[in-house]
Amino acid sequence: MNRDSNSYTFIFATLMVLVVASVLAFTSQSLKDLQNDNIRKEKMQNILSTVGINVDREGAEDLYNKYIKEQLAVQSDGSTDNTVNVFRDVKLALELKKLPEDQNFPLYVAEIEEDKFYIVPIRGNGLWNAIFGYISIKEDLNTVKGVVFDHVGETAGLGAEITQDWFKERFVDEKLFDSDYNLMGIKVSKTNNDPSNLDKSDHEVDFISGATITCDGVTDMITERMNHYIPYFKSIKESETALAFSMSNIDSNIN
Amino acid sequence: MSKNKVLLTDPLDDNNPITVQVLGICSALAITVQLKAAIVMSLSVVAVMAASNVIVSILRNLIPNRIRIIVQLVVVASMVVLVDEVLRAYAYDVSKELSIFIGLIITNCIVMGRLEAFALGNGVWRSFLDGVGNAFGYGAILILVAFFRELLGSGNLLGVQVIPDSFYEMGYENNGMMLLSPMALITVGLIIWVQRSRNRKLIEKA
Repeated sequence: MNRDSNSYTFIFATLMVLVVASVLAFTSQSLKDLQNDNIRKEKMQNILSTVGINVDREGAEDLYNKYIKEQLAVQSDGSTDNTVNVFRDVKLALELKKLPEDQNFPLYVAEIEEDKFYIVPIRGNGLWNAIFGYISIKEDLNTVKGVVFDHVGETAGLGAEITQDWFKERFVDEKLFDSDYNLMGIKVSKTNNDPSNLDKSDHEVDFISGATITCDGVTDMITERMNHYIPYFKSIKESETALAFSMSNIDSNIN
Repeated sequence: MSKNKVLLTDPLDDNNPITVQVLGICSALAITVQLKAAIVMSLSVVAVMAASNVIVSILRNLIPNRIRIIVQLVVVASMVVLVDEVLRAYAYDVSKELSIFIGLIITNCIVMGRLEAFALGNGVWRSFLDGVGNAFGYGAILILVAFFRELLGSGNLLGVQVIPDSFYEMGYENNGMMLLSPMALITVGLIIWVQRSRNRKLIEKA
């Protein structure tokens, strides 16, 4: 067989491609379940870490089932759709491509002892690729309990630093809304006058030098996502005040 | 036998891919912040190099000469994808940490270099030894650099704190500079210096 002939070269290349493709496809298929399981548990880990529960991947599922009491698909008008399994079926990357009216906005409600937390998944664009994470809010529907960020391909040492604890800690106890419940968001700011982050109601945290576009992406994704939850949050607040009002009525009637 | 043994021992010292041939430097700088990542990377490179050396050696009399570089690339790339898939299934955290660098094994000059220079012209067993030897030579330096960087940079080894708290109370500080890539290059430089002062063969005649 002449190894330098054109036909031999073509046959060799074709066979090689077929063999390699089938080997890789087989491996990918057979490992898929294990890989997806890792991704699912990592998602649980991330959700739990925003409310201050750090757990290894193996223990994530039990604690998740213990603390996460509700998983809601909030609609743009403030109602919720109970038919949707948000944890499994709602992929934020796909939802973001739809019009806001058609989107499901996932909301996880955690109850840890006496405290209730609302956890909102967020997603937006960094410099090179998507950035995403979760932000958990305390029961006043305003104060941040914790955040977690991750990214697909931000620059190591610059934009990729958003995953670090020292960056995430800056968001703790920051306020998302002003006193009239207008959304202010949390600006990751270059001109922040409060670098040691003592003022928790300035709606600003300090910036990472050299990561302008990633940091702007963090600011934008928080504002963009939180904006859609306002109708739902307002409805919770109204029902709470209504409840408090009726309770005080009952009290006065008794008296 | 001794001729085969040289294939394993030569790359560890006299012909080390990193300190003598200066190949594969970029991954040596990037993933030596922590010992664990360096060890996994080294093992991945051992697997990729041994497997692709063997495959290319088996096929060496069949590969058409004109497309041999493409064939080598396909072999290396598919081995790397396999390693990546396995890591994502069984060592998810490490695979996230190594992220792009596993993929970049494909472009690691050591791998292609050994295929082209050795596996294409030698038998299966010898090629296997050559692949393992070179990967160990690469891995040894990687682990050595990571050892110093993690120890001096974060006071840990394999994620466990080894520098006692009393040191910190006396004013000892972790050297943050060790965590940055320039210090990896300097560490590699120091290793080359030590190696050359011990091994006179490596010193070029003026």
